[in-house]
Amino acid sequence: MYANRAAGTAYVLPFIFGLAAFTLFPFVASLLLSFSDYQLQDPVSTASFVGVENYGAMFADRTFQKSLGVTFLYVFVTVPLKLAFALFIAWVLNFRLRGIGFFRTAYYLPSILGGSVAIAVVWRYVFAGDGLLNQAFEVFGAAPANWLGEPGYAMFSIVLLRLWQFGSAMVIFLAGLQAIPEDLYEAARLDGASPWRMFTSVTLPLLTPIIFFNFIMQVVQAFQEFNGPYIITGGGPLKSTYLLPLMIYEETFKYFNVGYASALSWFLFVIVALFTAVAFWSSRYWVFYAQERGEGK
Amino acid sequence: MNVAVLASRATPPATGTTGEGRRTLQLVLRYGVLIGVGLLMLYPLLWMVGAAFKPNREIFDSIGFWPQSPTLEGFVEGWRTGTEHTFGTYLLNTFEIIVPKVIVTVISSVVVAFGFARFRVPGRRVLFALLIATVLLPKSVLLIPQYLMFRELGWLDTFLPLYVPAAFATEGFFVFMIVQFMRSVPLEMEEAAVIDGCNSLQVLLYVVVPVIMPAIISVALFQFMWSMNDFLQPLIYLSSVEKYPVSLALKLAIDVTEATSWNQVLAMSTIAVLPSIVLFYAAQKYFVEGITVGSVKG
Repeated sequence: MYANRAAGTAYVLPFIFGLAAFTLFPFVASLLLSFSDYQLQDPVSTASFVGVENYGAMFADRTFQKSLGVTFLYVFVTVPLKLAFALFIAWVLNFRLRGIGFFRTAYYLPSILGGSVAIAVVWRYVFAGDGLLNQAFEVFGAAPANWLGEPGYAMFSIVLLRLWQFGSAMVIFLAGLQAIPEDLYEAARLDGASPWRMFTSVTLPLLTPIIFFNFIMQVVQAFQEFNGPYIITGGGPLKSTYLLPLMIYEETFKYFNVGYASALSWFLFVIVALFTAVAFWSSRYWVFYAQERGEGK
Repeated sequence: MNVAVLASRATPPATGTTGEGRRTLQLVLRYGVLIGVGLLMLYPLLWMVGAAFKPNREIFDSIGFWPQSPTLEGFVEGWRTGTEHTFGTYLLNTFEIIVPKVIVTVISSVVVAFGFARFRVPGRRVLFALLIATVLLPKSVLLIPQYLMFRELGWLDTFLPLYVPAAFATEGFFVFMIVQFMRSVPLEMEEAAVIDGCNSLQVLLYVVVPVIMPAIISVALFQFMWSMNDFLQPLIYLSSVEKYPVSLALKLAIDVTEATSWNQVLAMSTIAVLPSIVLFYAAQKYFVEGITVGSVKG
């Protein structure tokens, strides 16, 4: 609106500098590092070019294969379950019930706290051998399990921690549901639509932009999960919760293989980029916008 | 679902008592689900707070959250920590990181958002697309070079790497949030101010900032929470224990006191989440608005 382009540029300048210094430069540098052999404790000048060696080593690395596998498992289990659950609870909440504000807050709270170490610590104690869950199992006469010590269960405990934080996705869904005009339901009801039909033919299509937004945010977030495995399981047992971000961290700060870790992080970036690209590309086929918005208002 | 379909067919125009009965049943079901899920969700938190007030042995004896023989031992011993510093030191460190971080985040995000929302900046669309892209970019791809950069600058084991980048609007999500908010604000007041001879900085300070205050509060609150929870950044940048924030101190506590003093660790965890819980209840409307402005109104 203001004509003064110089002033406008001045306002955006901090961002341009930050983008260059803290995003673009590191982004390119990490690509270059991924083609190098470089040990963290040495001066940066000792980095030597080794071509695609790191990438070759990566695909031959059994630990990497395992890590990649459990990362996909984690993302593919966590994201759909979380979104479905968030949508379901938002849908239940959306029926002008009394006390909706209370429930919304109660469900949202874990999302706000969930990333904290304190909660990861609580989780570790809940799932420990003599922790809350096994005590509860005992009360109900079920056999206790070694939740954090067995490969199958350890992943479950982390997935559950993140599912527990469905609140932020739910709040967004709820706002989307409340934005759907009541007269659309009214019209559907007059046409004799069943509740299920109304859900699939009115609610879901109108909610697709929100589903799309939540999906992208959750996928990007899930691929970056670090605190859960680091604090609760340490990546084990038998690397069953050794998600890629944890592997990148350990390769860098435990084994000092900066070149190799950079290759891993670029690989992770490419995966996330592919996912978002496919999601954006496919959105034109399934995301429904009620009114087409003009480009760049 | 099929049951619902059948039910709706079996009871043509819902009238009288059948309709009422179904509505009641629905209400009961909905509240049942809501309360059941709610209890399951809040129980770990209740258990944490309860266990903090229990003697250590009692934690392993019962699954109830209410302490049978309440004691402050967990808090007293936990506060002392296994290190040579008290938990107070770690709390103080946390705030020494968070306060500057929140301040520079708010200032830089508002300024940059103002530029994007109100000016025809050359290359604006490309820049804005890049801003969105930074939100989606997995941060681990930047981690190593950033670490090396800060090492070259001699900033390791200081708080600087933890908040200096935030002064350059590196959290694209916040800029996006404020831009969205600014777009929904009518321009008349700003135009009137311009006609009255205000320059753009005065417009920003005296007209825009008061109007977008809700968005600013949301940004401050989210940044507070996220920084409070931040673990990976302090983990790689801080090496001396005396500079640890709460998140690292807690991790240290479980490593040191493994299998022994759960009540101490849980007491300190309770203290660690307390500021967030209080803030959240005091300002929940800003959390809800903040998180929905980018998605629903977009």
